Amino acid sequence: MISYPKILQTDLGGSLLLGILMIAGLLVPLLNLTVNDTHLLHVSTYTMALLGKYLCYALLAIAVDLVWGYLGILSLGHGAFFTLGGYAMGMYLMRQIGTRGVYGHPLLPDFMVFLNWPELPWFWNGFNWFWFAMLMVIVVPGLLAYVFGWFAFRSRVTGVYLSIMTQALTYALMLAFFRNEMGFGGNNGLTDFKDILGFSLQSDETRAGLFVASVIALAGGYVSSRWVMNSRLGKLCTAIRDEEDRARFIGYRVEDAKLWVFTFSAVLAGIAGALYVPQVGIINPTEFAPLASIEIVIWVAVGGRATLYGAVIGAMIINYAKSYLTAALPDVWLFGLGALFILVTLFLPHGVAGLFRQGSFAFWWKKKETLTVVAERANL
Amino acid sequence: MVAFSYKLKKWILYTVVAIIGLSFGSLDRCLAETTQIGVFNEALVLLLEKNFSKKSVAIEKLAESGDARSERILEALLSGDLFYLKKNKTLVYAHREGSAYAIREVLTDEDLGIEKKRKLKKIAINNNLRAQLKDVLARMGLTHADAGIRLAAVNKMLDTLTPEIDELLTDRLETETDPDVKEALMTALSIAVLRGGPETNTSDRLDVLQQLTGNLQPAVRNELTQLMEKETDADLRKAASAILDGIEMRIAIFEFFETLFFGLSLGSVLVLAAIGLAITFGVIGVINMAHGELIMLGAYTTYVFQQMMPDAIGMALLLSIPAAFAVSGLAGILIERTIIRFLYGRPLETLLATFGLSLILQQAVRSIFSPLNRSVTTPDWMSGAIQLNPVLSLTTNRVVILIFSFLVFAGLSLLLKKSSIGLQVRAVSQNRPMARAMGVRAARVDALTFGLGSGIAGIAGVALSQLTNVGPNLGQAYIVDSFMVVVFGGVGNLWGTLIGGLSLGVTNKFLEPWTGAVLAKILILVIIILFIQKRPQGLFPQKGRAAG
Amino acid sequence: MNTLENIRSFWPRDQVFDFLIPDMPPDLDLTHGVILYLEGISVSFGGFKAVDDLNLYIQNGELRCIIGPNGAGKTTIMDIITGKTSPDTGSAWFGQRINLLKMNEPEIARSGIGRKFQKPTVFENHTVHDNLELAMVGNKQVWSTLTAKLNSVQQGNIEAVLETIGLKEKITARAGSLSHGQKQWLEIGMLLMQNPKLLLVDEPVAGMTQQETERTAELLTDLAGTRSVVVVEHDMEFVRSIAQEVTVLHQGRVLAEGRMDEVQNNQEVIEVYLGEENAPH
Repeated sequence: MISYPKILQTDLGGSLLLGILMIAGLLVPLLNLTVNDTHLLHVSTYTMALLGKYLCYALLAIAVDLVWGYLGILSLGHGAFFTLGGYAMGMYLMRQIGTRGVYGHPLLPDFMVFLNWPELPWFWNGFNWFWFAMLMVIVVPGLLAYVFGWFAFRSRVTGVYLSIMTQALTYALMLAFFRNEMGFGGNNGLTDFKDILGFSLQSDETRAGLFVASVIALAGGYVSSRWVMNSRLGKLCTAIRDEEDRARFIGYRVEDAKLWVFTFSAVLAGIAGALYVPQVGIINPTEFAPLASIEIVIWVAVGGRATLYGAVIGAMIINYAKSYLTAALPDVWLFGLGALFILVTLFLPHGVAGLFRQGSFAFWWKKKETLTVVAERANL
Repeated sequence: MVAFSYKLKKWILYTVVAIIGLSFGSLDRCLAETTQIGVFNEALVLLLEKNFSKKSVAIEKLAESGDARSERILEALLSGDLFYLKKNKTLVYAHREGSAYAIREVLTDEDLGIEKKRKLKKIAINNNLRAQLKDVLARMGLTHADAGIRLAAVNKMLDTLTPEIDELLTDRLETETDPDVKEALMTALSIAVLRGGPETNTSDRLDVLQQLTGNLQPAVRNELTQLMEKETDADLRKAASAILDGIEMRIAIFEFFETLFFGLSLGSVLVLAAIGLAITFGVIGVINMAHGELIMLGAYTTYVFQQMMPDAIGMALLLSIPAAFAVSGLAGILIERTIIRFLYGRPLETLLATFGLSLILQQAVRSIFSPLNRSVTTPDWMSGAIQLNPVLSLTTNRVVILIFSFLVFAGLSLLLKKSSIGLQVRAVSQNRPMARAMGVRAARVDALTFGLGSGIAGIAGVALSQLTNVGPNLGQAYIVDSFMVVVFGGVGNLWGTLIGGLSLGVTNKFLEPWTGAVLAKILILVIIILFIQKRPQGLFPQKGRAAG
Repeated sequence: MNTLENIRSFWPRDQVFDFLIPDMPPDLDLTHGVILYLEGISVSFGGFKAVDDLNLYIQNGELRCIIGPNGAGKTTIMDIITGKTSPDTGSAWFGQRINLLKMNEPEIARSGIGRKFQKPTVFENHTVHDNLELAMVGNKQVWSTLTAKLNSVQQGNIEAVLETIGLKEKITARAGSLSHGQKQWLEIGMLLMQNPKLLLVDEPVAGMTQQETERTAELLTDLAGTRSVVVVEHDMEFVRSIAQEVTVLHQGRVLAEGRMDEVQNNQEVIEVYLGEENAPH
């Protein structure tokens, strides 16, 4: 028998999460593809796409939890990394359209023909290859995070200053991507995708495949983040969050640790964005809006910081509520979201995961507690 | 007795003569006026004739009549807005309203409502008449009592100079007293000479050319550019080129000043928006993400006041300054007491909670006032522009807001420097525990400071309502920029905010022509990110040991 | 040939690019027996001279106490030595070869200078064990930190230090749950894990009971000899109990230096400092 992975032995929330993910990853596509659509247990393609979208958001929330929960950096710009990953995927999907566009141009996407671009801009080269696009999904957000972080952390910009700078970053990108001259489709963004790796995006099978890919990405993102945070680097992160000076005076280059974790987090966000785009079918600059980024933070706050699985819970709950409320009571949604920001910060600083941990539900697990768990709980 | 009666008689005689004389005099004038009115009416009758030459006479007569209504009639004739009613041949001004025409009577300026097209007949003109009309209107403009209108008339003629008009201008120059009009007349005449072509004496043209040195009229520049293209005389070309360079240089200088003005104007708006934020951030150390929405509240207060007082727009604007201060200030105190107070020492959480608040405020405004933009009227004394010369004009509302923001800044620094509450605010911002130990009620100071900062945001909203549309997203548009100003200027320093805001505004406006508005904004953000590399504390860091 | 030389000049074989130089400070050179040189150091904050042309030498293995009234510049000196503040003028050398003014805080820490803050500063959300583990000497690059595993020697070190600071029973306790005095010791323990050659200790016994104070005095005197210890302290009783050499600071300058009894009888010192300090602080 393969023994239970060590890093999950002490992680009840994570174990439950991975279990649920595994079941969902098998069951949802199965119920969609094999069960007759009149049957009670049938999962519609719409529902599956919606769930897939939530999974991407959950991965994004984990990325934010890494930097906010563990490192104490309140990033109001993670939407930028998510969207950049999404654009990289979108560019690949655009080039897969080929001659099937409205204008039937073999090389140029429709919006470029419409805007009379003579040729493909240089930065669109290579996106016809899937592997290249996937590389860019990782490299572009990662590089941006690295460069931004290199400047910000080296000069010891912290706290609200840093938050505002990250917000300015995503705001600037939004302004830039709204411009037609940028070559990313202006305010319409990229859409009308046809297929991915030769499979039609309209078919249920492809949808199911994307759903499974999202499940795997979320599980992988969770496990790798858990691994990083259980390592000494993870301990260092919380140490930096709590006493940055102390960490420095015992010989750690604080800015390096911040920089790499920030970059890792941006890469996770980029991957989430790349999976989001084919399931939603569009990517446009509104994803860069500061509001979008700050909403991610509230998912994490509601779920509970520095727990990783709390981020997943928060993303799921709030996005479900959002889908429901924006359809049923559109006016109420923003009131509700605003009130949520206030109530959670005032009355629920540890989020839903905090309730869960205090509850009696977890008591039997405590027997297995080891040193790491103590540290884990202490992180709250 | 005799002497007396003699004197009396003499008085009586004088009186009688005087009365007779007076009555003759007024009679004389009456007669003259009747003739003028006669000319005017005669002209109007002639206008209705089909014959163009009779219309021409009518135009001439209208010009001579001296009647105040003539000019409008002639202009309407020129623009094709002069009609008559078929049924009774009444002259009317008409302009299209859908498929029919809205008409006003020419003689009385009485509104006659809407009339169907087939009931009206347009007074037609031909090209000759058109030229005549322009000529006549120009002449009338030149002799108008108002110097401003005379000036406009001269400038209008620069493009259509003919020998006849030259003559008119020369005549006018002799009697003209207003220096501006005189100068314009001379410019026009100079251009006329330059255009004279080969038959005009070259040395004359050279002389005239010298007179145009530094002249900023666009017509002058066009003239010189054309001259450079066509002229064969080398001297003339050389002189013209030198003068053209001089003019371009002056224009460049004035354009520089214009950009500077727009930059300062933008900067002053940024300062207004950011200064309240600087106070709350400096003293309490929290970032109020709902600051933009407090600005928005101020703008909506202005809107409401104008709705309540539609007849006194200017008054409503003035009254809304204290009102907006009160509304936003009270909202600020409420926010501080109910939310921020519980989050002191947790700046990131404060940021989130106030962000949530900003969402609620935006949505509330959307529900109450509709999501559409509302327009706030600009009072007369703030609209228009101050034309300093042909290339440099300053929009009045921007000038007023520039001055206004300096006043607010001065008032605020005075308040913080001289008043006892200002002293307490400064004490708390520098050393909270010590201030508390000295008996300052820090909680009260926090609330008041927050109220003050928010109130200033409300005032900023009043100013902004004069520049942009008032809508639920008004605050959002300014919040990132205001933060940049605070970060750039240094926290807790009013001067830093002033210098930071103005320099960001100016930099932005100077970058714009090179890069376009959006790229300029992005560049500014990048510049600030690089700037805080070198000076993380901003332009004016707080001094002392605590700063480390 | 020429090209090759050009390349060589760009990439000389006996040198490497800055970023390729291993992130290791040069070895500590103590050939002259002096571990710390501070010469002509001046710092001012917005016109206020916190440190004014200060000269200070610490011998290898010495236990030195620095005393002085508030605002004498004690903490500022610590800041300069550890790289938190850079002086306006002057030089600071660690041994013969290490120029402290060219290094940042973590580099200085790794070169062998440990610092305890005035307010006990430990990672409150970590266990005592993890606090010590984080402080442990070793490669502190990001990648090494990520893949680090405790071996038995290191585990042994941690336990030895726990023994020394008397927190053996508290190994799994949250640092935040410790008493004030225990936190002070934990912080000292973290310094010991760094294995420093020079310890800077800012007010180690503030808030300690009589018993704890005595044990701390014992600990610090034990440490001296194998390493140098600089103690900044207000508690004169404590200083008397441990001091070999005392430096008195006043207004950013060295007012007097010498053995405790010499310093105590120095007229100037009595005037500016001891006179007031005799009253309970």
